Amino acid sequence: MGPASIIFMFMQAMEKVGLAAEGVDKTNTALQWGIILFIFIPISAGLVIFGYYALKGEYDQLPED
Amino acid sequence: MSREPQQSSIFKVIGASSLGTLIEWYDFYIFGSLATIIGAQLFPKDAGASALINTLAIFAAGFIVRPFGALVFGRLGDLIGRKYTFLLTLVLMGGSTFLIGLIPSYSSIGYAAPILVLILRLVQGLALGGEYGGAATYVAEHAPANRRGFFTSWIQTTATGGLFLSLGIIVVTKNLIGAEDFADWGWRIPFLLSILLVGVSIYIRMKMHESPMFTKLKSEGNISKNPLKESFSNKANFKMVLLALFGATMGQGVIWYTGQFYAQSFLENTCKLDFNDSRYILLWGIAFATPFFVIFGSWSDKIGRKWIMLTGMLLGIIFYRPIYQIFLDDTDVSKIEQKDIAEISKPVFSKTQIEGTADHIITKSSVVSLVNGGSYTKIQSRTEYADPEKEVRVDPVLYKDKILSTAVFWKFVGLIFFQILLVTMVYGPIAAFLVELFPTKIRYTSMSLPYHVGNGVFGGLVPFIATLIASFSGATPLSGLWYPIGIAALSFVIGAVYLSNNKPDHGEAES
Repeated sequence: MGPASIIFMFMQAMEKVGLAAEGVDKTNTALQWGIILFIFIPISAGLVIFGYYALKGEYDQLPED
Repeated sequence: MSREPQQSSIFKVIGASSLGTLIEWYDFYIFGSLATIIGAQLFPKDAGASALINTLAIFAAGFIVRPFGALVFGRLGDLIGRKYTFLLTLVLMGGSTFLIGLIPSYSSIGYAAPILVLILRLVQGLALGGEYGGAATYVAEHAPANRRGFFTSWIQTTATGGLFLSLGIIVVTKNLIGAEDFADWGWRIPFLLSILLVGVSIYIRMKMHESPMFTKLKSEGNISKNPLKESFSNKANFKMVLLALFGATMGQGVIWYTGQFYAQSFLENTCKLDFNDSRYILLWGIAFATPFFVIFGSWSDKIGRKWIMLTGMLLGIIFYRPIYQIFLDDTDVSKIEQKDIAEISKPVFSKTQIEGTADHIITKSSVVSLVNGGSYTKIQSRTEYADPEKEVRVDPVLYKDKILSTAVFWKFVGLIFFQILLVTMVYGPIAAFLVELFPTKIRYTSMSLPYHVGNGVFGGLVPFIATLIASFSGATPLSGLWYPIGIAALSFVIGAVYLSNNKPDHGEAES
C-alpha cells in the first residue's frame, strides 16, 4: 500500500496542477499539493517499513507491557 | 498512603494538567472555528473559495508541525522533566495566540498579514506538539496501573473541552457585539482573551511537582542521554511507534476531526447553516457526549483498550456517509414546496462597485420563513458592466444562513452526538494505551510522535483534504468523506490484526 499511495499522490498532484488555470490558481494548487506530498511521502515510507516488520513477524509476539 | 488522600492528590494533578491543556486546545481551535472570517480578513477580497482553502492550509500548517514540536519538546521533557517543559509550551502557545489577535488585516499590510499569521500558527503547532504528550505522561505517571484509563481519560476531555470553550466564547462574543463588527474586528477578541487564561494556568502549573516516576529515574541516574536516538533508532521501540501510529492514532485522529471539526465546517460551508445554528448544534453534541470520555476510559481498564478504539473506527466507517447525506437532505432548499413557506420578506437591494473597475454587483436578498419554524436567506446577484457591449451576468441563486426547525435542529444534535460518541470511544482510552507502550525514560518522546502524526497530520488535515477533494470536478459534497473513511479503514485492519488487547495489570506500573 505504501508504494501505491506514493504513486497515487504523485499522479493526482500532476493531474490537478496541470488542470489548474494559469496564474494564481496554478500556484495555489501547486502549493497545496506540494504540502501534501511533503507530508505524506515520508509517512508512506513509514508504512512500507511497518509492512516490512509485519511480514518479518516482528509483531507476532508483542511485549506484555 | 490511604486511598482517599491518594485519590485527592491525583485529582489535583489532573486538574492542574488539564486546565493548561484545555487552554492550549482552546488557543489552537479558535483559529479553525473562525477560518471563514479570517480568510476574508487575511486574503484579497476576490480570493473566493481559494481564501477558505488557503486559510484551512494555514490551519493545517499548525497541525503539520505538531510532530516536530513533539520531537523537540518530547526530547526536552525526557531530559529535564515534564513540569518545566509544559510550562514552556504554555507560554509559547499563549504568546503566539495573543499576537495573532493583533495582526493587521490584508487591507492594511497586504501579504504580510497571512505570512505573519502563518509564522505564529507554526509556533502554536510546535507548542501543542509538546503539550499533550507531556500532560498525558504526567497524569499517567501519577496513576495506578489498574486505573490508568480512568485517570488519563480526564486529560482526554480537554481537547473537546477546548473546542467547546472556543465555540462558546466565539458565539457569546459575536452575539454581544453583532455579526458585522465581529467579522470586522471582533474576531480578535477570543485570541486576545487567551493571555488571561494562560496567565492563570501558568500560575497553577508553577505550583506543580515533577512526575514521581521521572523524579525516581533522575535520582537513580537513569535518565536517557539521547531520547530521540533511543526512541527511533532502537528497533524494538521504533516498531511500536509505527504500530501505535498506523494501528491506532491514525484512525483515531481522522475520527476525532471528522466528528467535530469537519462536521462543523460541513454544516456551515456545505449545508450553509446559520452561524449560530451550526455552533449550537456542536455545543450541545459536545456537552452530551463529553462524559463518555471518562466512561470509555474507565471501561478500558476492565476490558482492554483495543476493541473499544477499533469499534469507534468501524462505526465511523459505516455511518459517516449516511449521516452526512441526512445533513444534505434536510437542508436542501429544492425540497421545500410552496405550501411550506409562511412568509417571504421584502427584498433588500445592494449595489457594490467591483474594486478597480466601473462595474457593479447588484444583490437582492430576502428571508424566506417556513411553516415549520425554519428559515433561509435567498440571494440573487447580477453583475452589470460599465461597458454597454457586455451582457449582464446573472449568478446562480444562493441559499444561506439556513435556520433549522426545532425538530431538525435536535435531529442534527443527535447525529453530531453520535459522531462525538465515536470520538470518545477512540480517544478516551488512547492516552493510557500510548503510555503503556513505552518505557518511562523515553515515554514523552516516543508517545508524542505517533500521537501528533496521527492527530496533527491525518486528523488535522481532514477539513483541508476533504474540502479539496470535494472541490474536484465530478466530486459530490460527500466525496471528501472518503479520506477519513479510507484512513480509518486502514487503521482498523492494522489494529485488528496487530494490536494486542492486554488488560492493565493490577500490580504497580513498570518504571
